[in-house]
Parts: sequence; structure tokens; C-alpha cells
Amino acid sequence: MVELTLFYLLAAAAVASAIGMVATVRNTVAAAMSLVVTMVALAGIYVLLEAHLVAVIQIMVYAGAIVVLFLFVVMLLNLRRDEFPPLRQRVSRVVGALVAGAALVPLLRLFADGLPDPRPLPPGFGGYAYTGRALFIDFALPFEVTSLLLLAAIVGAVVLAKRRLD
Amino acid sequence: MLLEVIVKTLFIVLVMMGAFLPLITWVERKQSAIMQDRIGANRADVFGIRALGLLHPAADVLKLFAKEDVVPAGASRFLHLAAPVIAIVPAIITLAIIPYGGVYEIGGKPVSLVVADLDWGLLYAFAAGSIATYGTVIAGWASNSNWALLGSLRASAQMISYEVTMGLSVVGVFMVFGTLRLTDMAIAQDTTFRLLGFLERFGWVDSIGWLGVLQLPKWGILLQPLGFLMFLTAMMAENKRPPFDVPEAESELIAGYHLEYSGMRFGLFYTGEFLEVPVIGALVTALFLGGWSIPFLPQETILGAITPHFGAGLATGVCIALHVGSFLAKVIFMIWFQMLIRWTLPRFRYDQVMNLCWKVLLPLSLANIFVTGLVLLWSS
Repeated sequence: MVELTLFYLLAAAAVASAIGMVATVRNTVAAAMSLVVTMVALAGIYVLLEAHLVAVIQIMVYAGAIVVLFLFVVMLLNLRRDEFPPLRQRVSRVVGALVAGAALVPLLRLFADGLPDPRPLPPGFGGYAYTGRALFIDFALPFEVTSLLLLAAIVGAVVLAKRRLD
Repeated sequence: MLLEVIVKTLFIVLVMMGAFLPLITWVERKQSAIMQDRIGANRADVFGIRALGLLHPAADVLKLFAKEDVVPAGASRFLHLAAPVIAIVPAIITLAIIPYGGVYEIGGKPVSLVVADLDWGLLYAFAAGSIATYGTVIAGWASNSNWALLGSLRASAQMISYEVTMGLSVVGVFMVFGTLRLTDMAIAQDTTFRLLGFLERFGWVDSIGWLGVLQLPKWGILLQPLGFLMFLTAMMAENKRPPFDVPEAESELIAGYHLEYSGMRFGLFYTGEFLEVPVIGALVTALFLGGWSIPFLPQETILGAITPHFGAGLATGVCIALHVGSFLAKVIFMIWFQMLIRWTLPRFRYDQVMNLCWKVLLPLSLANIFVTGLVLLWSS
């Protein structure tokens, strides 16, 4: 009962702040703060799903570091008002609608088929030991490939920034 | 169950926010006065009783509440009002994971003296700390002031950078104790280890006499001395108090991100900073100074010595009193130590703060993890 109430509260907060982010898109900092609220609410839902480590990482990395970097850039450029050219806005609107539609299709299919019965969780599920084992043994290759991708992105960023300096 | 949680929450909140918080403002003034050969605050009085200046915290709070709460023209009203709250809440919720005592048998079931005994204990503190960044960033942006904006730019860069080191510097502790749960970590430190036990591999132990049998408490600071220094530095930098107060820097940025705040909203920023001091002390104690444990006097010894004479109930009571007392004594020591650093070192330059993080602490913390891993592999 408590869990269900918490779920609806967190879900409502996530949806409301996500809508708030779209509504305040002209005020970049307010939109970023709405994004933070969405991420914290999602972390709460992860905790309800027993995915504790994912919840903490969600707050530490996404809410705590990445959005702060967004804000850092916004404040450096002082983007108080919407300053994107109209053409780019049209393109991003079309792309956004396509992505949202693509995410909606499997969700609707799931509702049509009905939800499957939940299976019992393996012991230790969601803890750092369980997640670590899954990450470094079962999914070692995808993990390493992703880290290589990130490394390439870092090197690329340094090269681009350095070219402008030279 | 509910009663237990309420009692435990009340205890830690009353000790940390009711006792330490007002006292720290007084200690800060008095210690700086002693170190600078002054008398320090002693003017506030009630009917002529001055009590060594102990009434100053109350006078400060009264003054802050009586001041006007100003929202500057052109500021983003909602975010301006919300920022102090975002800044202080993380410090308060971190109190939930501080283990101020061990696990005791009360009424036939184990009772652990911590509000939330989380499996991922310390990560919770890091997550709360990373949210605290928003308090300073939003405060500076929403004030519509250039000085405040500069301060919050510095704050966001500094806090993100030191979060990385803070997390990496304690990985060695996790590896040594094999857990992230703060209560288990304190229990693991409630024993001793042979300082030169590793020499047994070479058969040298017998030839060095008493050094070979020397036992030391298995505290994090002795197993991970480098980790202790780096964690304390990173935590103090996260707290933005001197010598890491470049986001405030009153001589260059006037007051940085909280320049445009007045009254109790300004007070909330200071309360958050002051509350972080005992919270840092408590986290360092739990990780590196043995938590609630008393050196060379493990819990079983205390219980075993008292139970035959006075019964198990009194033995548990004495044990709890000793352990909580030991924990609070260590926290008070760490508060004093932080005050000492704060009044000894002048403010670093901004590039020095960032260089210290990225060029010194980060490589050292990575090397610390690597060496710890090698030693653990070799000794297992």
C-alpha cells in the first residue's frame, strides 16, 4: 500500500516535471531544474523496483553531474532567452516527435497484450555486488565497447578544442 | 519499529543540529580569536550574564530572523527563494546514514544505532552531496547579479571536480573492508591487526622483536592513510569553507553566490555550511577513525566483563554509552581539526584549487586504488 502510494506520487512528480520542462523551454535554467526533478523522481521509482545502485548512480551522475554541466554552459553563454534559429527548432521538433512516437509503440503493444506476471527477484538483486558482477562478467564486452566509445568522444572533444586554441 | 526509528532520528538530529550546530558558530569565533590572540565574541548578554559568549548563537539567529528578506529586482523569484532550501536539505538528510553506535541486543532482537542502515551507505551521502551543488548554482544564477553568477560558476566547477576525487579516494576503503555499509565498516574496524604481519611471508617476524607482535586498531586511517588525506581534502573542498572558499571569496567576489541574500535565507546557506562540518567529521570518523569503536576494547570484551556481575541489560547500556561517547568524541576532534585548518591556511587561488584536484588528487587516488588492489591480491 505504502509502495503503491509512493509510486503514484513519484510518477506524478516525474510526469509533472517533464511537462514543466517542455513548458519552460524558453527559460533554459528553469527547464534544466525541471529535468533534475524528473531524474530524482525516476531514481525514487528505481528504488521501489529494488534497483538501488541504479537509483544512486542516477542521482550522482545524471542529476548531480551532467545537469550541473548543462547549467555551467548555460550560465557561461548566458542563454537567458531562446536564441536558437527557427529552422533548427523545426528540425528538432520533428526529430523529437519521431523519437517519442517510436517509444510509444512498444508501450502500447505492452498494454494491448496485458502485463506478464512478475517473477521473483534473484537474491541480492540491484545491490552493488550483483550489478558489478553483471556488468564485469555477463556484459563485459558491451561495457568495454561503451567505455571505448566514451574515450573516443573525450579525445575528439580535446582535439576540437585544441584546434581552436592553436 | 516506528518508535525505534523516531528515537534514533531524534537523537542524531538533536545532537547534530541542536547541540553541534549552534556550538560550532561559537567555537569558530573563539578558536579564531585564540589563534589570532584576540578575546573573541563576548558581548551578548541576558541580564548581565555573558556566559563566555555562548549566547551569541541565539543572538545571531534572532538578528537573522528579524532582517528583511529581499528578492533583488530582475531575479527569478521562485528559484531565488528555493536555492537556500536546496543547499541545506542534503546536509540534513545525510544524517540518516551516520552510524553513531554499533549493533546491540535489545529486547531479544538486534538494534543498530543508525537511522537508515543502507547497503549502499556512503553512495547515499555522495548522491545527497551532488544535489547540494544546485543550491549554490541556482542561488548565483537566480540573483541577477554578476558577482553572484561568477561565484556560482566557480562553485559548480569546483564541486563537480572534487566529487570525482571524493568518490575515488574512498574506493580503497571499500576494497579493504569489503563493504559499502557504514555499520559493517565500523564493526570491521572494531578489531586489531598486526602492523608488520605481512613480513611473516619472509619469515622475518621473529627477528625484529616487539615490532613483530605490535598490534594496532584496524582503523581506516592506518590501512588507507592516503585515502584519509584525500577524502578529508575533497570533503572540505566540497563544503567551500576556507581555504577552499573561492566561490565566496569576499575580497574578490564580495560574497559570491549568496551575495544577494539577506535575513534567514542567507542564514540557511551558512547553516548548511556549518552543519556540513560535523557531518564531514562523522563520515570521516565512520570510514577512517573506527566509527564508534574504542581501540583495544572490542564490544565482546566490554559485554563479557560486565555481564557476569551486573547482568546483560546493564552491560548493553554501558556499551552503548561508551560507544556513542567514543563516536561523539572523535567527531568533536574532527570538528576541531577542520577549524584548525580553516584558520591556519589562507584562501587558495582558483587555479590552485583546480590543479590540486585534477593534477594531484585524481592521479593519486587512482594510484591508491591500483596499489590497494595489488596488495589485496598479493595477500589473499
